[in-house]
Amino acid sequence: MNISLDRRQFIKLIAATGAIAQTACSRPPPETILPYVHMPERMLPGAPEYYATAFVQHGYAIGVLIESNMGRPIKIEGNPHHPASRGATNTFAQASILQLWDPDRSRSVRRDGIVSTWSEWLSAISSISVEAQKNRGAGLRILTGNITSPTLLAQLQQLKIQFPNLHWHTYEPLHNDNASAGATLAFGKPLDVIYRIERANVIVTLDADFLSHGPAATIYAREFAARRRPDHAAGMNRVYALECSPGLLGTVADHRIPLSPAELERAAWQLAELIEGNTINDAPNWLQQIALDLNRHRGESLIIAGPRLPPSLHALAHSLNERLNNSQHTIQYIAPVVPPQNASLQELVSAMSDGGVDTLFILNNNAVYQAPAALEFSAALKHVRCSIHAGFYVDETARQCQWHVPLAHTYEQWSDARAYDGTATIVQPLIAPLYGGTSPHEILNRLLGNESRSAYDTVRAYWRSLRSENFDAFWQSVLQRGVIADSAFPSQTVVARPVEKSRALNDASLTAIFAADPAVDDGEYSNNGWLQELPRPLSAMTWDNAALMSVATARRYNVNNGDIVELQHNGRRLQTPVWIVPGHADRAITLPLGYGRWAAGNSGNGVGFNAYALRPVDSSWFIDGIQLRKLGTRYSFALTQTQTDSADRKPVLHATLTELRAQPEFVRIDTEKNSGAGSLYPEYSYDNYKWGMTIDLSACIGCNACTIACQAENNIPVVGKNEVARGRHMHWIRVDHYFEGSKEDESAQKNPTVLYQPVPCMHCERAPCEEVCPVGATMHDSEGLNVQVYNRCVGTRFCSNNCPYKVRRFNFLQYADRERESLKAQRNPEVTVRQRGVMEKCTYCLQRITRGRIEAEKRGTPLRDGEIVTACQAVCPTQAIAFGNLNDGDSAVARAQHSSRNYTLLEELNTKPRTTYLAKISNPNASISAQLSKPEPRDA
Amino acid sequence: MLEQLTTHARDAEQKNKRWSYASISDHIADIVLRKNFGWRWWLLLGISSAGTLIFFGAIAYLFSVGVGIWGIDIPVAWGFAIGNFVWWIGIGHAGTFISAVLLLLRQRWRTSINRFAEAMTLFAASIAGLFPILHLGRPWFFYWLLPYPDVMNVWPQWRSPLVWDFFAISTYITVSLLFWYVGLIPDLATLRDRAHGTRAQIIYGLFALGWRGDAIHWARFEQAYLLLAGLATPLVVSVHSIVSLDFAIGNTPGYHSTIFPPYFVAGALFSGFAMVLTLAIPLRHYFHLEQFITPVHLNNAAKVLLATGAIVTYGYASEIFMAFYSDDPYERYVAINRATGPYAPVYWTMLCCNVALPQLLWFKRVRHSIATLFAISLVINIGMWLERMMIVITSLHRDFLPSAWGMFWPTRWDWIIFFGSVALFVFLFLMFIRLLPAISIFEMRQLGHAAESSQ
Repeated sequence: MNISLDRRQFIKLIAATGAIAQTACSRPPPETILPYVHMPERMLPGAPEYYATAFVQHGYAIGVLIESNMGRPIKIEGNPHHPASRGATNTFAQASILQLWDPDRSRSVRRDGIVSTWSEWLSAISSISVEAQKNRGAGLRILTGNITSPTLLAQLQQLKIQFPNLHWHTYEPLHNDNASAGATLAFGKPLDVIYRIERANVIVTLDADFLSHGPAATIYAREFAARRRPDHAAGMNRVYALECSPGLLGTVADHRIPLSPAELERAAWQLAELIEGNTINDAPNWLQQIALDLNRHRGESLIIAGPRLPPSLHALAHSLNERLNNSQHTIQYIAPVVPPQNASLQELVSAMSDGGVDTLFILNNNAVYQAPAALEFSAALKHVRCSIHAGFYVDETARQCQWHVPLAHTYEQWSDARAYDGTATIVQPLIAPLYGGTSPHEILNRLLGNESRSAYDTVRAYWRSLRSENFDAFWQSVLQRGVIADSAFPSQTVVARPVEKSRALNDASLTAIFAADPAVDDGEYSNNGWLQELPRPLSAMTWDNAALMSVATARRYNVNNGDIVELQHNGRRLQTPVWIVPGHADRAITLPLGYGRWAAGNSGNGVGFNAYALRPVDSSWFIDGIQLRKLGTRYSFALTQTQTDSADRKPVLHATLTELRAQPEFVRIDTEKNSGAGSLYPEYSYDNYKWGMTIDLSACIGCNACTIACQAENNIPVVGKNEVARGRHMHWIRVDHYFEGSKEDESAQKNPTVLYQPVPCMHCERAPCEEVCPVGATMHDSEGLNVQVYNRCVGTRFCSNNCPYKVRRFNFLQYADRERESLKAQRNPEVTVRQRGVMEKCTYCLQRITRGRIEAEKRGTPLRDGEIVTACQAVCPTQAIAFGNLNDGDSAVARAQHSSRNYTLLEELNTKPRTTYLAKISNPNASISAQLSKPEPRDA
Repeated sequence: MLEQLTTHARDAEQKNKRWSYASISDHIADIVLRKNFGWRWWLLLGISSAGTLIFFGAIAYLFSVGVGIWGIDIPVAWGFAIGNFVWWIGIGHAGTFISAVLLLLRQRWRTSINRFAEAMTLFAASIAGLFPILHLGRPWFFYWLLPYPDVMNVWPQWRSPLVWDFFAISTYITVSLLFWYVGLIPDLATLRDRAHGTRAQIIYGLFALGWRGDAIHWARFEQAYLLLAGLATPLVVSVHSIVSLDFAIGNTPGYHSTIFPPYFVAGALFSGFAMVLTLAIPLRHYFHLEQFITPVHLNNAAKVLLATGAIVTYGYASEIFMAFYSDDPYERYVAINRATGPYAPVYWTMLCCNVALPQLLWFKRVRHSIATLFAISLVINIGMWLERMMIVITSLHRDFLPSAWGMFWPTRWDWIIFFGSVALFVFLFLMFIRLLPAISIFEMRQLGHAAESSQ
């Protein structure tokens, strides 16, 4: 090549190159940006605001405060004024924010599965309305779930008046029909029951896990846990849990007695006899002791029957509570919050099959999936001329209906709902519907002919009709407080009739028990990644359900964890993998509902097996005489905890109340030998704040609410089943469970003590992680926090290796979804979204600490105790977590750390953790044989 | 072709049983300067370069997706990458030991094996140096471990053994490279003088740095070489000691042990000498270097294996003894878990490879059976690799809190990257024997001279 360039030529060439390069780079298209001139009043950019509304589950409200940041709802907190919350929430409420932003939500009206338009839908419904006006609703039916909304109930009432021939059916797969029928048996009318758990000294539950299920579970958990603390003024309560299927309550009860449904029924009737003072020769000792204990605590005991039990047992529980003088003391009766059933799903199906249904509105109900397969709902649906599904997803039912109309999320619409005790809350929207959904109020308005009436007007009009004077002030105050004062239903004085002894359940070689799933409930939350990845209690299983059975049942059928079996009943078959749960009743298997969905969305499709396939037509909870056959194929689960034996390491220190009284400092026995070890590094000094946390293991019920609240607050990504199976789940606070029972004692193996332990970062004073990070990405801060600097992290993972608590989580791949728009908006703007290759862990909600500190500095006064609340602490239904300034001797956490029960995990390693635990105390009945009592703690 | 070489070598042997300066130079330099290298070399080169390409392809995938393609998890956050790193570094040790320590100890027999052993060191250390970077979550920031002046005024965190490691490895690679290169200079000059093509003359000439064989050159050379040997000697001990601190400084039971530095150094020599045998035996066979690498050399290497193997065995025994003697429940559990837990097959295979089978070397017959030696060297290589994996993985997978226990199962990417690194090593070694004299010509000449004068 000839490279003879002179200077001029060279400069020419450079100039030409520059010019060409300039033309190649086009400017961005002109777009006009405008400053945020018309800022909404009171909105401070970056400062979160809270709005009071309600989370609605199975019709019942839990009052919540939703944190909204720059108009984006991002986090749910409980409403301290609301009777079903008092500041806490359950896992579902926490996950509901992800549901709001779910990219798989329905975005458009569909007709015959094809995207249609709102105007087409509006003309269709107005012609339905006109038609119904003519024939007074003949052939028109509505299917809903539980409804407590006073406005919606009033609208339905009006609909019935306007269209007398209309039928309204309700269907809830997790129904409470037996309790309602039981109340009718006992009192002659259906009544709801409110338990005053905190007042009860002795509680006997009959297959009733009141900590997990029911609209009051969160508040019952709080009341229950208050009495699990040995320093409570009224002393500790004592709980006997007779249960068919393992639930949270059984695991934290003083005595857990697993019984098959038929055995439980027999025991309940025997207990009744024993309470009467009769002697029964074949009654086991524990039952006699329970009866004695109940009789000793008349007026301060409680017998609770679970929703699965037949009505006769509910009636029995009512009459026993009456007899024990508990009525009006530990138990109250109110009018049913969900009005008594109108017509059932079974009636609807037979009407549909007969061709008697012309138009069917399915409002917020997924009956095609949730109805028992035996009912053949979807076949019957084909006989309906015009079927309309209004729902949140294009789910199984939406796909079978002629019309699908997207509903707005609860947090996008106006409505109202009642809590378990009848307290009403106005549901207010936090954001305009993301995908333009409608609300059931508006659909009913259109059906009634009030075409343009909005949900807002409807709700306001209903309440105006009740509180006409000074309505605007009333409205303001209820929106602000989130509860309508004095709207709880009054307690009724009723007398339970004695019940005739009867047997409703048969002894069977194998009974199947249907259960609400702790993660996806009845299937409504199948598409929620946070919930799917939340470890199920007692198995730590994620992204799956399984047929749960006891050790003995598994041995009887020669199956092991992961073996696929075929269950058969009345010609219906179901293939499912097996999971063995120690403490499950023998001769029974539990089938969690809510899985095996085919139109749930990207996350929920094809997860687990569908237990509705085996459910009988009346949606009963038990089926006896089920056949089990081992297929010889295997299935693998994704667990977040594979080891449930504590390997004699005593991570959870525990003792009975008697032992605690005898030796208040029992936790020191183990740890004393290690105290006093020094360090080569100088001590840190803290002039200002010194943060610390204490977790009371006596109060922890293992519900996992902390895990999911932390996930929501800290933008923790979902990793999926395969990654969880590899051991890469990302939860910053995990709830460990250990089964403890002596290895020699077979019965202790079958029904072991369950110990829970939430494990966040310990924020060690001498943190092993800090010493080994080569780039100083994990550091000690001036307030004692062990902070992780994501930007500096290069990902050597040495810190995780060196962390004895293994609380650090690593982004092995790019886990945070940085593509999907709606998920971007969901995230907490105060917390970094982590890149792949960096380590992360619990920060004690550093963003909340910082916000609190800034507020305090603005105010000019130091932070008050309780002003900063971590996400896990806020959500905890049992208030097991205390957080605050250890430099302040009066702070709750400092006081807790001076408790005699206070101990540190792995103290012998001299890491000096900031997070400490209060030892678990139980209160077993000493008279019950060792076989059923907890094993003696080794510490004492 | 090899046949040509064979006849050539035979002729030379027949002509003159004793080696002269010229015949030594001829024989060794000819291997390099020959045009044709035989189909076996090409075949091996083909396979190893394909493996090398796969290795780099896998690295590209690793960088684009993340370390999640491996089987690592929480609790086992370190897996094959760290195990491979320790293994490769260990292999490198024998080269330095042979060239530096044995030089200082005036072990003349080292001469015929030091060159390729040094090359082995350099390649192994370089490959080892890759792994800590591949292992990072964000490898593009690896330089943050360096104390470079930074506008943010942030420095590495000096308490971390990974920082010490960074210096140990980079020093080691630098010194190894220098030592190897300085030792090559007289031979490069020989090649320059003997090369036929102009290009070869220029290239060898450039790298020969103008070596003319002056007395002053030799004097300077001897000084420099001895100095470098002095510098390299402490590295034999320091590098693997510091690598072992990556583990020993940690509080993980199974890592946290004071025996680690000597135990790792002995293990390194053990695996390094095994690799020397693995390379020397085929080398002398295919290039007919039996006269240079004699059974005496192999015998000596086998004895070193026996000695270092005994230290390694002592290390294993001491770990188990201390686990029980210390009464530390976590240490005790690690010891039991290694022998009976889910990774027990790895543990017992390792003991078999590193403790049981090398005992055969007590027998002179075994030490003189080339095939058996070769087999044992392979077994020890495998055993030492298993040992590295066992230490890294079994200690982590069940540490303090049972709730956090987990398993590590390697994925296909773990294997691809491991075998890829082996392929790269073979590739580099094949290139080395093609381009440079695998045996030090000038030192062999000195040896020949010494032998002659002693006669």
